Amino acid sequence: MFIELGHFALTLAFAISLVQAIVPLIGAQKGWSGWMAMAEPASIAQFLLTAFSFAALTYAFVTSDFSVSLVVNNSHTLKPMLYKVSGVWGNHEGSMLLWVLILTLFGAMAAWFGGGLPPTLRARVLAVQSSISAAFFAFILFTSNPFTRMQAVPFDGRDLNPLLQDPGLAFHPPFLYLGYVGLSICFSFAVAALIEGRVDAAWGRWVRPWTLAAWICLTIGIALGSWWAYYELGWGGFWFWDPVENASFMPWLIAAALLHSAIVVEKREALKSWTVLLAIVAFGFSLIGAFITRSGIITSVHAFASDPERGMFLLLILGVFMGGALMLFAARASAMEAKGIFGIVSRESALVFNNILLAVSALVVFVGTIWPLVAEMAFARKLSVGAPFFNIAFTPFMVALAIILPVGAMLPWKRARLGRAVTRLVPAMVLALALGALAWAMQTGRSAFGPVGVALGTWLIAGAAVDLWTRAGRAPLAHKLGRIWRLPRADWGKTVAHSGLGITIIGVAGVMAWQIEDIRVAKVGERFDLGSYGITLDSVERVQGPNYISTTATMGIWQGERRTATLYPEKRVYPVAGMPTTEAALDNGFFRDIYLVIGDPQESGGWAVRGYIKPFANWIWMGAIIMALGGGLSLSDRRVRVAAGARKDRGAAPMPAE
Amino acid sequence: MLKRFMLVLSLALGLSGPAFAVEPSEVLEDPAEEARAREISKGLRCLVCRNESIDDSNASLAKDLRLLVRERIEAGDSDEEVLDYVVGRYGEYVLLKPTATGSNLVLYVAGPAMLGLGLLVAFAYIRGRRGREVGSEGLSPEEQARLKEIMGD
Repeated sequence: MFIELGHFALTLAFAISLVQAIVPLIGAQKGWSGWMAMAEPASIAQFLLTAFSFAALTYAFVTSDFSVSLVVNNSHTLKPMLYKVSGVWGNHEGSMLLWVLILTLFGAMAAWFGGGLPPTLRARVLAVQSSISAAFFAFILFTSNPFTRMQAVPFDGRDLNPLLQDPGLAFHPPFLYLGYVGLSICFSFAVAALIEGRVDAAWGRWVRPWTLAAWICLTIGIALGSWWAYYELGWGGFWFWDPVENASFMPWLIAAALLHSAIVVEKREALKSWTVLLAIVAFGFSLIGAFITRSGIITSVHAFASDPERGMFLLLILGVFMGGALMLFAARASAMEAKGIFGIVSRESALVFNNILLAVSALVVFVGTIWPLVAEMAFARKLSVGAPFFNIAFTPFMVALAIILPVGAMLPWKRARLGRAVTRLVPAMVLALALGALAWAMQTGRSAFGPVGVALGTWLIAGAAVDLWTRAGRAPLAHKLGRIWRLPRADWGKTVAHSGLGITIIGVAGVMAWQIEDIRVAKVGERFDLGSYGITLDSVERVQGPNYISTTATMGIWQGERRTATLYPEKRVYPVAGMPTTEAALDNGFFRDIYLVIGDPQESGGWAVRGYIKPFANWIWMGAIIMALGGGLSLSDRRVRVAAGARKDRGAAPMPAE
Repeated sequence: MLKRFMLVLSLALGLSGPAFAVEPSEVLEDPAEEARAREISKGLRCLVCRNESIDDSNASLAKDLRLLVRERIEAGDSDEEVLDYVVGRYGEYVLLKPTATGSNLVLYVAGPAMLGLGLLVAFAYIRGRRGREVGSEGLSPEEQARLKEIMGD
């Protein structure tokens, strides 16, 4: 009953979305305020109905209602409650429902907080947003219905993929979708502005917080996924340049570019048409991501469902929205007169450069991701594009970005003198080079990647600190510290986010350059060396878990004669899903992780054991979280809230209750 | 990121369980040769997996390929010779970094070309901005002369 109601609510939401996509648009064109005003309650109704529908599916998962085929295929009575809930979005149909839930949530938030918007713009934004949700409602209802019932009800389910039964991955998709779908509201703003024919500083102000919110969620989502891969997959890889990872990374890069160019629109009324284009393209990459993940056209380890019908439908959505928006852009972009003027050396120019580097690096990722497809269709060459390609093709752009970032961040608007900014940054430069040289001296015969990464990361962190320091102006020290503390949160956000990037760069470079690996057969009771540590294999036991059987090893970590930690790496078998997983054990440290994995028993009597020392590994995700935190600080800035007019507390708003 | 499909596949095909990628028995005695083997393995695709190198994969076919690479290294092949040998047997599909030949040049040139184009467009745009600024801030010599003329009259 509840399930049917959920299905019905979804259908009803679809109907409302169709009306809402058309009526306010006509109202805005004709100046009929009644027609425009319907967008607001309609958005909220859409959201509430979708939320009800989502709740119905969640209820089915929580109560293990095995009359629903989705629950049968992705759940099991023995599964812990957390994973019963996360099972809702651990599959294609449920994740699409989460997608529209977030889509309508953003629509409803734009309605709630959009009091300060001009009525025609608000009506148009909500109408465009609703047309996107209409497309996805249709997609769910016609190709991926999550509420399909079983013909015969089985006693128990087939369990969720064991690899997904992990806290890191339980919350990875919701964050990622908040990011992907959050960009839809930027798209709606861009299209509405094009219809309106006007982009001004106020528009930049409205768009930036949404972009920021979406970017923060994407950052957290990507970091969670990467962290999960690191500890779950058994050899500590954190990024694989897999098509689906790239699908989340491209919108992230474009959103980062959009974030920066919207500042130029807001502060200087320049780069308008470029910013509108970025807002369109950012959501375009989200759609491409959905297409890549769900069509199975590009082989990926992540692919959800390889269904050509679904792929065609998504391609159609992508084509209609991108084609339509870009045509509108071509017709209207020239009407957007830029006002602000600036010199070649200025903050504006630096941000243009930032945008070029981010956009080009997103393009490199895009070309690399689709190249196997293009090569096969156009040139009949069957080939692969993997990590080694991306590492050499992508990294130079990030290096260039990291080099110019601290300088660009110091430049004043309009017209600047390069020498002045550089002079102030000399201490940061000296520190970066010194630490880089130190890293170079400490390593022997390894790649230059490590020292370069350390130098770049230090440059970013120290550069951000110098920026904050000079921003406070000349004053006695105590006074100055007070001033720094009272600087606007946006300034703090910028500093924190930029140093977060530096921390991530150090982490990536450290792990890639200085990892120590040891693969061996170890007998119980034996001690062996891993770098400067000693490792003992104390025992190996069979343990029964709630829905799995585990082979758990007890391993000691020694520094000289002192035992500093005991780790329990596991190998699990989930009998229902018939799938084994490795659960690596980590000794987390600030400067290094010790990473132990237990393998199969060997004929000779020992166990296969893998050990790693991963220098600076935690810095990768710590940096990402700090970047997100910086974004949050910037979002909480008074100016953003005041500019947003009636909108309140948006910083906390984008997180749904699920 | 997810190795799940590979795992499912390896189970479905009745292959070995979730062993390691590189197993202890495979490791070559000479650390220098082993390091070379690892480096080469990272650039070779596991043919039955989705987008994984043979160094990361625990499919048995990946293991065969790893052993083949080590065999060739022990036989005295250089890194290129090993790659040529593997490509000769399995085709260019096996390379995770495609060769920069023929149509693949597009793949390698796309980034730098777009960067160049972007810089050119941006430079032209910024110069245009600046030019307007000069125009709006002061009077041109002709305008100065005309002003003088008017004032003088």
